[in-house]
Amino acid sequence: MKVVEWRGKPVWILRRTPEMLASLPKNDNLVADPKSEKPYQMDTPDYAKNETRSRAEHKDVLVAVGICSHLGCSPSSRFAEGPQPNLPDDWHGGFLCPCHGSTFDLAGRVFKNKPAPANLDVPPYMYLSDSRIIIGKDEKGEA
Amino acid sequence: MGTAFKETKLPADAPKSQKALAWVDDRFPLSKLWNDQWGKYYAPKNFNVWYIFGSLAMLILVLQIVTGIFLTMHYKPDANLAFGSVEYIMREVPWGWLVRYMHSTGASMFFIVVYLHMTRALLYGSYRKPRELIWLFGFATFLCLMAEAFFGYLLPWGQMSYWGAQVIVNLFSAIPVIGPDLSLWIRGDYVVSDATLNRFFAFHVIAIPLVLLGLVAAHLIALHEVGSNNPDGIEVKENVGPDGHGVDMIPSHPYYTTKDLFGVSVFLFIYSAVIFFAPEMGGYFLEYNNFLPADSMKTPPHIAPTWYFTPFYSVLRATTSDFMWVVMAGVAAYVVFIWLRSRLSYKTKIVITAIAVVLEIGMLFLEAKVWGVVLFGSSVVILALLPWLDHSPVKSIRYRPDWHKYVYLVFAIAFVALGYLGTQLPTPAYTLIAQACTLIYFSFFLLMPWWSASGRFKAVPNRVTFTPH
Repeated sequence: MKVVEWRGKPVWILRRTPEMLASLPKNDNLVADPKSEKPYQMDTPDYAKNETRSRAEHKDVLVAVGICSHLGCSPSSRFAEGPQPNLPDDWHGGFLCPCHGSTFDLAGRVFKNKPAPANLDVPPYMYLSDSRIIIGKDEKGEA
Repeated sequence: MGTAFKETKLPADAPKSQKALAWVDDRFPLSKLWNDQWGKYYAPKNFNVWYIFGSLAMLILVLQIVTGIFLTMHYKPDANLAFGSVEYIMREVPWGWLVRYMHSTGASMFFIVVYLHMTRALLYGSYRKPRELIWLFGFATFLCLMAEAFFGYLLPWGQMSYWGAQVIVNLFSAIPVIGPDLSLWIRGDYVVSDATLNRFFAFHVIAIPLVLLGLVAAHLIALHEVGSNNPDGIEVKENVGPDGHGVDMIPSHPYYTTKDLFGVSVFLFIYSAVIFFAPEMGGYFLEYNNFLPADSMKTPPHIAPTWYFTPFYSVLRATTSDFMWVVMAGVAAYVVFIWLRSRLSYKTKIVITAIAVVLEIGMLFLEAKVWGVVLFGSSVVILALLPWLDHSPVKSIRYRPDWHKYVYLVFAIAFVALGYLGTQLPTPAYTLIAQACTLIYFSFFLLMPWWSASGRFKAVPNRVTFTPH
């Protein structure tokens, strides 16, 4: 996972393995807003309104603003599966916010009954080439 | 119209100091102020150890202001320089480490002393009529102290400074409609940044201290107007002796001057021990993560506020969306209880019911995050209502029914437990305990009008309990 700064905030670029992607449907019943339909602080771009919350050309790459929708801490990576401290036993990998214990899956979707009200924001972004990505700008213009 | 000015005439051989004092007293009420506020301020003679925390709080206030002035001489309120300038004070400035540790230890000591001072008021009913305003000024002072601690904590620009400010400022964003703009306005930027640091510095070094000093003065003036309460909760002014003072009263000077000086020596002993041997106090007074410079890309894995905020912080964290159902049931039950068991007027009951209905609807439609902030705020503000919640016929715990002592004990345990849980990472079990303690905390206050008035009260004596040494 790569962390870059955008507008003073951390933006995560995470390449998910096929196993990580396969874990996402298992969380569908556990997350509060599986299809990212709620209104967000930052409008979710249309290309991210799907289960993997990523663009079709690189489904495996998650781009998200790493700021918890509760009180603005940056959640930490907890990619290992299985039971571990502060996480449920059926954990499939994701993020844990150190401030108030909100948990997010590997698509940045918030689990139900946590302090955080919404999924992590996905900023506008697009691929300049297969290996270059620009944050804050997409086909619709610059944010 | 006052009387015409008249120079006091002293014999020619009177000491120079006496002449100087007379000259000043004719022009400024120096002796009068001293005598009214301390020298001839008569206080109950049965004060115990609980009564030193007021003067200790004053001492710490002075220490914080003096050390603060010296820190300001070397500190740089700039996001690029702040962290380095604090380290510079610690390593290069002669005695800088001492001044800085005195200031940081003083902050925690301030809260310890103020919490004990408030406990004293709770035990002996010091907030009861006619001392309601003393309590309210004291409560406002406590709020200022919290603001002062919060603003000051950002200044070292460490990891905990940064993320603590981030979380607290974002609390305001939970307020519906105006919230996000409000937190933007407080921060002065979209993220905690140099603009935030500069304004927090301004609030910490001048705005809040000014208000704090004014409130402390109001607190003392109100106290010296109505007179001090005492461990027996007896109004000692009602039993006046031939000398015109209460028979159970003694002048503060020299009696309480010596007592306070003894208290000050014990305090300085403990304070110095912390400064010299454990200034970080195991991470409670100075958090380890704050020795890392602020990094806006990464929140430390374990983030908690400094210990004095943790009881209220736990309330915030305990408010999850399923806990809201418990809160809603609690509010509904409380309204039913008021209808059945309260002597409030019909009109007041209707107003309370209307407020409760609005709250219940709000709880159904707004996120738990909003209500976490509301409960967090209420857990502090509810303290201000104590004078009107306590309906006990006696002031002091000494003459209350014995089971009241257990009520206080359960409350104290819940408060300390909330404080402890606030320093720990949340786990499902801890969250449940915090939720139970939150319910106990609010029940203690909200049910006080009933429990504080029930039971068999002991007879309050006419004279204070006092054994001469």
